[in-house]
Amino acid sequence: MSQLLLDVNGLTMRFGGLVAVNGVNLSVKNRQIVSIIGPNGAGKTTVFNCLSGFYIPSDGSVMFKGEQIAGLKDFQISRKGLVRTFQHVRLFSKMTVIENMLVAQHRHLNTNLLSGLFKTPSYRRLQDEAMDRAAYWLKEVDLLEFANREAGNLAYGQQRRLEIARCMVTQPELLLLDEPAAGLNPNETKELDELIIQLRDEHEISVLLIEHDMGLVMGISDHIYVIAQGTPLADGTPDEVKNNPDVIKAYLGEE
Amino acid sequence: MSKIYNAIFAAGITFVLACLMIGVKLNTEGTTLTVSGASGEQWSWIVGGIVLVFLAQLFADRIDTLFGKLPKPKIGALLPAEEKRATLKPWLLAALIVGLLVWPFMVSRGAVDLATLTLIYIMLGLGLNIVVGLAGLLDLGFVAFYAVGAYTYALLSQYFGLSFWACLPIAAGLAATFGFILGFPVLRLRGDYLAIVTLGFGEIIRILLNNWTALTGGPNGISGIEKPTLFGLEFTRRAKEEGNVPFHEWMGIDYSSSYKVIFLYLIAVILMLFVVYVINRLTRMPIGRAWEALREDEIACRSLGLNRTIIKLSAFTLGASTAGFAGAFFAARQGFISPESFIFIESAIILAIVVLGGMGSQIGVILAAIVMTILPELAREFSEYRMLLFGLLMVVMMRWRPQGLVPMKRPHLELNQ
Ligand SMILES: Nc1ncnc2c1ncn2[C@@H]1O[C@H](COP(=O)(O)OP(=O)(O)OP(=O)(O)O)[C@@H](O)[C@H]1O
Ligand SMILES: [Mg+2]
Repeated sequence: MSQLLLDVNGLTMRFGGLVAVNGVNLSVKNRQIVSIIGPNGAGKTTVFNCLSGFYIPSDGSVMFKGEQIAGLKDFQISRKGLVRTFQHVRLFSKMTVIENMLVAQHRHLNTNLLSGLFKTPSYRRLQDEAMDRAAYWLKEVDLLEFANREAGNLAYGQQRRLEIARCMVTQPELLLLDEPAAGLNPNETKELDELIIQLRDEHEISVLLIEHDMGLVMGISDHIYVIAQGTPLADGTPDEVKNNPDVIKAYLGEE
Repeated sequence: MSKIYNAIFAAGITFVLACLMIGVKLNTEGTTLTVSGASGEQWSWIVGGIVLVFLAQLFADRIDTLFGKLPKPKIGALLPAEEKRATLKPWLLAALIVGLLVWPFMVSRGAVDLATLTLIYIMLGLGLNIVVGLAGLLDLGFVAFYAVGAYTYALLSQYFGLSFWACLPIAAGLAATFGFILGFPVLRLRGDYLAIVTLGFGEIIRILLNNWTALTGGPNGISGIEKPTLFGLEFTRRAKEEGNVPFHEWMGIDYSSSYKVIFLYLIAVILMLFVVYVINRLTRMPIGRAWEALREDEIACRSLGLNRTIIKLSAFTLGASTAGFAGAFFAARQGFISPESFIFIESAIILAIVVLGGMGSQIGVILAAIVMTILPELAREFSEYRMLLFGLLMVVMMRWRPQGLVPMKRPHLELNQ
């Protein structure tokens, strides 16, 4: 049983003459933390945009759970269980924390207008389940006490955690995190580190991570891909990558 | 430095506009047009206006801080504490509804009539609030759906003799259908394009009604539209239908024309309460939350598996159906409709109600609708300056309280822990 959860081959994204991503291959197995690293402007976020359907890749195939998803719409991909966060926090900042969690579960709720107006039993049941799931995940990320606070009023670190909780409540199988540690203090980074490991070990999902914090990446990744200028440079375990002369020259050497 | 340029630019625009609109006049003399200048006094007003605009732009920052210093009404502080409010709320609501129902029997016919009009605007404001305030879609042609509702009832009643009560859902449904048909291709567009397309749609509907004389009576409109009945009882002196008794005979009281006015008012109250209830429920349902989320961050919505086209379309369609609902009642109350009633200014007024009320907030929209319909009546002497005052009110509101009279409050959701 070695079917890959995510299998990307020859992924290419061109913007006019600019080749932002050039023949990238990736694979993620079940219950794995895989990282993508590379210098600024390497095309990491563009890879995420292609995987999550925000861009339609110019070339290459994206297989998720054995199914071709390149070309599907963003919301269709997310419904299949591949959910992402963004490099910049994108919460519904005027809505409360719990409302953020409920919006994420939109498709798990009974959205029929009449059932909602008359509060039918099925409407209530799904609503209760959604509230319970929301409470569960808020507790996991330590935000339960802020449930009725406006999301925009949370501290930055809390907003980042809420973003992850909001993804988790959609019950994904693969979570794409774009620089989740950016702007966090060392303490918060450590908590994030533990949270991501917990997602893999307890909740049995896979995580694909873009991160500049090398300590975090080297510590938690099962596998690392290095991209530079849109092209794959190297991949392997943290130790292999750390000692790869190309990588040191192109990426770590710069810092 | 840029401030001075800004001020000169604004003053220049004022100059050009004032010259074109006030400075020169076209007169018809026989069959020819002659151009005449404005009088000396008018010119001094124009110059004064330009200087005012120049100074206001130059010192915009200071004026803004001045506005900032103006006390903001602390609505939260005026109300009793959170827990008390929860217990008081049903009582207040009940008292308000009873008040609404009893009140018309104690005041003049004119006041009741005005209240009925206000209720229509409340319904329209609440409908547009779904589209603009909640879903964040700028619709400048909302009046088109109002017109569809009004003409639906007028035509069905005229050609097929259908009753008001039967037409009400049909009107709402047809307006919703129009909303759906327009929304489907248009909602993919970005905000400003959407505004232009809806503006155009509003005009198309009006022009269509104006020119399709065979069906709609063109500019002459449709008159003699049936009034609503109370379970078949009419509010006329004599029953129109053979074998029917009018309301006053059935009740055994003397005929009074104010019964009809009060009856219409009561219908409006009930329709308004219905609209308030439904929309209030909607905002607490998944679909209402999705509208707001989409307004806040469309990209995040897409990443969470929300289909934005369907969500926008539902807001657009439900808003349109509310307008259709209000339109059918408008036709019934008025007894006469023509394309004149559905001009762009109506859309602008409804939009102003939503903006003034505080995007998204229902209480705010209701208050704003009351202000916007009653103020012009109180300031009859100023009716010529109505649009001017209107503009001034908008500018002051945007500077003083951009979030509207009553900003939207988030519902508090209890977690069962
Ligand atoms: N929509 C777009 N149109 C044109 N060029 C784009 C677009 N999106 C990304 N690019 C270009 O693609 C390249 C890669 O950008 P990307 O954001 O993927 O880099 P990144 O690896 O995420 O960098 P960072 O570490 O700074 O986040 C950049 O040169 C960028 O300008
Ligand atoms: Mg990036």
